[in-house]
Amino acid sequence: MNILWLQSGGCGGCTLSWLGGEHGSLFRELADEGIQLLWHPSVSEAGVDEARDLIAQCADGHTAVDVLCIEGSLLRGPRGTGGFHRFGGGAQSMIEWVRRIASRARHVVAVGSCSSWGGITAAGVNPTDACGLQYDGEASGGLLGPEFRDHSGLPVINVAGCPPHPDWITETLAALAHGRLRAEHLDDYGRPRFFADQLVHHGCPRNEYYEFKASAQKHSDQGCLMEQFGCKGTQAHADCNQRLWNGEGSCLRGGYACIRCTDPGFEEPGHPFETTPKVAGIPLGLPSDMPKAWFIALAALSKSATPARVRENATADHLLRAPSVKRGRK
Amino acid sequence: MSTRRIVGPFNRVEGDLEITLDIADGRIEAAYVNSPLYRGFEQILQGKLPADAVVLVPRICGICSVAQSAATALALADAAGVEPPNNGRLAANLTLATENLADHLTHFYLFFMPDFARADYAGRPWHAAIAERFRATTGSAPNQVLPARARFMQMMGLLAGKWPHTLAVQPGGSTRPLQSSEIFRLHRNLREFREFLETVTFGAKLEEVATLASRAQLEAWRGQAGGGDLRAFLAIADDLDLWRLGRATDRFMSYGCYNEGNRRLFPSGLWHGAAATLDIAGIHEDITHAWYAAAGLPQHPATGSTLPVAEKEGAYSWCKAPRLAGQVVEAGALARQVVAGHPLARDMIDGYGASVAARVVARLLELALVLPAMERWLTELAPGEPWCVTAALADETSGVGLIEAARGSLGHWLTVRRGRIHNYQIIAPTTWNFSPRDSAGQPGALEQALSGLPASASEPLPAAIHHVVRSFDPCMVCTVH
Repeated sequence: MNILWLQSGGCGGCTLSWLGGEHGSLFRELADEGIQLLWHPSVSEAGVDEARDLIAQCADGHTAVDVLCIEGSLLRGPRGTGGFHRFGGGAQSMIEWVRRIASRARHVVAVGSCSSWGGITAAGVNPTDACGLQYDGEASGGLLGPEFRDHSGLPVINVAGCPPHPDWITETLAALAHGRLRAEHLDDYGRPRFFADQLVHHGCPRNEYYEFKASAQKHSDQGCLMEQFGCKGTQAHADCNQRLWNGEGSCLRGGYACIRCTDPGFEEPGHPFETTPKVAGIPLGLPSDMPKAWFIALAALSKSATPARVRENATADHLLRAPSVKRGRK
Repeated sequence: MSTRRIVGPFNRVEGDLEITLDIADGRIEAAYVNSPLYRGFEQILQGKLPADAVVLVPRICGICSVAQSAATALALADAAGVEPPNNGRLAANLTLATENLADHLTHFYLFFMPDFARADYAGRPWHAAIAERFRATTGSAPNQVLPARARFMQMMGLLAGKWPHTLAVQPGGSTRPLQSSEIFRLHRNLREFREFLETVTFGAKLEEVATLASRAQLEAWRGQAGGGDLRAFLAIADDLDLWRLGRATDRFMSYGCYNEGNRRLFPSGLWHGAAATLDIAGIHEDITHAWYAAAGLPQHPATGSTLPVAEKEGAYSWCKAPRLAGQVVEAGALARQVVAGHPLARDMIDGYGASVAARVVARLLELALVLPAMERWLTELAPGEPWCVTAALADETSGVGLIEAARGSLGHWLTVRRGRIHNYQIIAPTTWNFSPRDSAGQPGALEQALSGLPASASEPLPAAIHHVVRSFDPCMVCTVH
């Protein structure tokens, strides 16, 4: 299975995240899975004329593309011309190249939240009219349109995240290489379910603080980040606290809130990223699938039951009180 | 009569790059460097809450992400009038150093060296061994480096949660307090990376490389046993005379970086044959040849604007042209070390000026210089002491954040009005190095470096052009942002 990887209106961070994969050399891992990089802008030898010729061949069908990976938003501006990103060495806009190659590729993968939904590049006034391959924020559509299906009947596969975990990318590609990725393996937003069916909350090391609503009051505190710091971990679809980042990291482990970066529209949360919006003191974003009345009742109850240890540790940057040691069997 | 040739896309640079060459008599008469991608971060940031900049701004760049975070945090801290506690300062140094060193490694092994594996050099005596070692994606070096780099980047997991795009770097310090056992693990990561560098990259102790004081000493050192990829590069550099390829302006700048309390590990400054003070009031951005609505005279970034226009007479890039007191300057590891007064860096530019070889050696030299400093910073961390203070911003304020990314000087200029971002202007390292011409017609640093090189209108692009372009370690996504 070969891959053609193109970058447009993004930061290149999905590639950099991918190169940080921790299972030996990524290049060897791909080779072991039977995956060849036809061309990747950051790592391939071929440049300038050779690269242009190759991409032109992919666009006109002379070179078959098994998987087209797109990293970065698709820039439709100014005024629908795509002129904010002209692919180097010629007159055509990148969106034109992407449309042509996507129509021929066996599968199309959006790597990262920019090419999935628009992402950060679509924030604010969205100066470049940025969108994703098949989504424009939460709305189906994007560059290729809601009806787009690849030659096997799949929609665009959205390996969302800002950036995605390296393994999300590699495992998606491996699943495609082995013919193991079918429509039922994608969630409602076209994200591979192997990571999108989890919540960031699952495996969060701050869970005990969450249980008792023992909240951090300032950066570097150990407490739960949901009540004050805008943490979306209980709603965000990703396995970040089970499949760790760069060894033993994750956003929560790094001491900062989950900003729900795998979801469409995360770039415009409607409130300051690191501040929890509240109505009458109650946080607006409730945990997934949790009835509001129960959440409020349980939160009030658990808050009043908070052990002193948890309460004190929540607002400190190191353990003030260790869990007590019980002697005897019970 | 000259022939025009448009070359692109350049790969193994971060982001999009195209160069237009005017070729006459087998040489480049004039080069025009174009950044063909515009995203509009400076427009996106307008009207946002200042605190949201720590989320948005790092996402300008996936390879200088922490450098962008650091510049944002500094600008916000400047605007709020706060200073992080000692632990926060050390954590910021460690996080930035981890990114900068990883970037140097990535540049050398994944972006720069694969060009010597190309068929262009099939006739050179070193080619077979170099191709086996450095060929893109299949060579022994990239496959050895990726796992070592990933191990080193585990420091980011502990220091910053993840890389790229962390929120751990805040104006008041770090969100990530480290306990003793975690500091122990960071020491272990550094020890492993030191061992990798000393056996694979240098074939020598870091301290031995760091104290090389002249090109003569470097040449003598190359002759010694020990192997390593730097020695392999030095042999190529001599064979291809990379010491006389790629000279630009020989005016070098650095904002300085790695705050050590009363000093910085690498100081800020300017060098043009002699040391000079860097006056950031003298920075202006010229948009004569960039696709932005004209604002009359070049603007200082504190009052700059970004208004893209689809068409403009004479414009050929989305990159503005920053100038320091009207002059073109070069930024990067070489500039940083020349400004810092490292004797090898100064000696490498003595004679033929900046070159492909000097830029590459300066990057590897920094690996040897910074890693020992990281070891020291780790020992200075004090668990139990504070890591972060609260930074409250006034509704009307402004701030500046100046830092050194791996590839050079990165500056952020922030103005806050009525509690919202009124203006946010960014000048990235490659904005300096790959700028287009200005109103006086002065070409940017790369444009100067390419001028005069052999090229033809129809033959494959000479490898030398690839070397010169990549010797700057360009980051095009930062360049325009």
